[in-house]
Amino acid sequence: MKRVGVLSLQGDFAAHGAALARAGAEPVYIREREQFRAIDGLVIPGGESTTMLKLLHQDGLMDALAEFGRHKPVFGTCAGAILMATEVWNPAQESLALMDIAVERNAYGRQIDSRVTVLDPEPEFQRRTAPGELEAVFIRAPVIRRVNGGGKVLARYRGDPVLVEQGRHLVATFHPELTADSRVHALFLEKL
Amino acid sequence: MFEFSSEEFRLKVGLAEMLKGGVIMDVTNAEQAKIAEDAGACAVMALERVPADIRKEGGVARMANIGKIEEIMRTVHIPVMAKARIGHFMEARILEALGVDYIDESEVLTPADEEHHIAKSDFKVPFVCGARNLGEALRRIAEGAAMIRTKGEAGSGNIVEAVRHIRTIVKQMKQLTVLGKEELVHQAKELQAPLELVEWVARHGTLPTPNFSAGGIATPADAALVMQLGAEAVFVGSGIFKSSDPAARAQAIVHAAKNFDNPEKLLEASRLLGEAMPGLDIAKLPESELLQTRGW
Repeated sequence: MKRVGVLSLQGDFAAHGAALARAGAEPVYIREREQFRAIDGLVIPGGESTTMLKLLHQDGLMDALAEFGRHKPVFGTCAGAILMATEVWNPAQESLALMDIAVERNAYGRQIDSRVTVLDPEPEFQRRTAPGELEAVFIRAPVIRRVNGGGKVLARYRGDPVLVEQGRHLVATFHPELTADSRVHALFLEKL
Repeated sequence: MFEFSSEEFRLKVGLAEMLKGGVIMDVTNAEQAKIAEDAGACAVMALERVPADIRKEGGVARMANIGKIEEIMRTVHIPVMAKARIGHFMEARILEALGVDYIDESEVLTPADEEHHIAKSDFKVPFVCGARNLGEALRRIAEGAAMIRTKGEAGSGNIVEAVRHIRTIVKQMKQLTVLGKEELVHQAKELQAPLELVEWVARHGTLPTPNFSAGGIATPADAALVMQLGAEAVFVGSGIFKSSDPAARAQAIVHAAKNFDNPEKLLEASRLLGEAMPGLDIAKLPESELLQTRGW
């Protein structure tokens, strides 16, 4: 069974652990540097990106995480996608630059603008997983404003990319861990 | 009956999920909100006076000044919560119109209604409510709360009540999981909570919403303690801005919430801190000065 780390500093890491288990992997909750050695891939969950950044620095995990991403697949949702981007604005903040994308935080507005919607993912996503629409939960979500360097858009919402793959990495601006549909997690597991 | 699978309820609980493992800090102005955000708070709670001052100064405590809340919302990028008085659904409507991310129907403010809480499922904005036991938590969830926090005793700097409340809720949930159908009916009566919710807890062993802790947290050790006991995140009220070193203490409590099961890291977080807020012996407080008994 594939062992997949879930960065467990703050946020909905438990929901990701449950989603990974449903998709057939063994979740490992990552809080310390030493744990990176034991995993095949890593999920950066939703939560508050500024809180996670603070804790990454306090615990000396920033370098370990960037180094891990140079060799192994990383999947970020919402705050995770913000941390993996190359460029972040509203406001500008530090990030890991694992994917060549530009992200705007809270781009849909506040909680009152959060929504559950149904996406029609690209044929490639459906071919690699299973056919059908994809339910997407957006919570104070960011928007991916630019995808550079061979990034592949696997789903869009109102024209904006919301599920993007680039090399071994994957990001979603929504929360597949909060739905019963395991296809996005399954797609990530295929990449390990 | 309860629409846990409705889109609206999932979005409300969804934001609470994002706050897990984090620290939500009480702030009274934009400057404090910025300190909280920089220290790693996962959200801030806007209010007029921190509970310790409400306790000291007395008078009627209301929803915060709208201008202040707006200023806080403009200043930080993390979620902004605000408090409304128990039963004051018009304060809540105003906060909803303002666009705050969460409303705390809070016993820290002076109750506006001594019989009814707000009908929270009528709102699009999510609500958090305080509870001292499982029955109270389930009544609030029945009304539409999407997050529960222990009440503790706000503004006291004393963790004893928060510990009592989280232990009570966790123990009562455990007890339900071993009971038979007919016993759950009796428990619903004892807890004064809807049977359907009592059955849900019996099946899952948890609340249908996240379960956080508040009321008396003043140190990194306090935060770690309530998280060890089952709280999934913590609210810190007076504990930060009534201490001698707000920024350092805020950061230390954020660190403690993440490292709640790692004594070495907690030692690190506790080092170099100045004086915690002064504490109150709750056993010596007259009944009329307790905030936790507000709400029903």
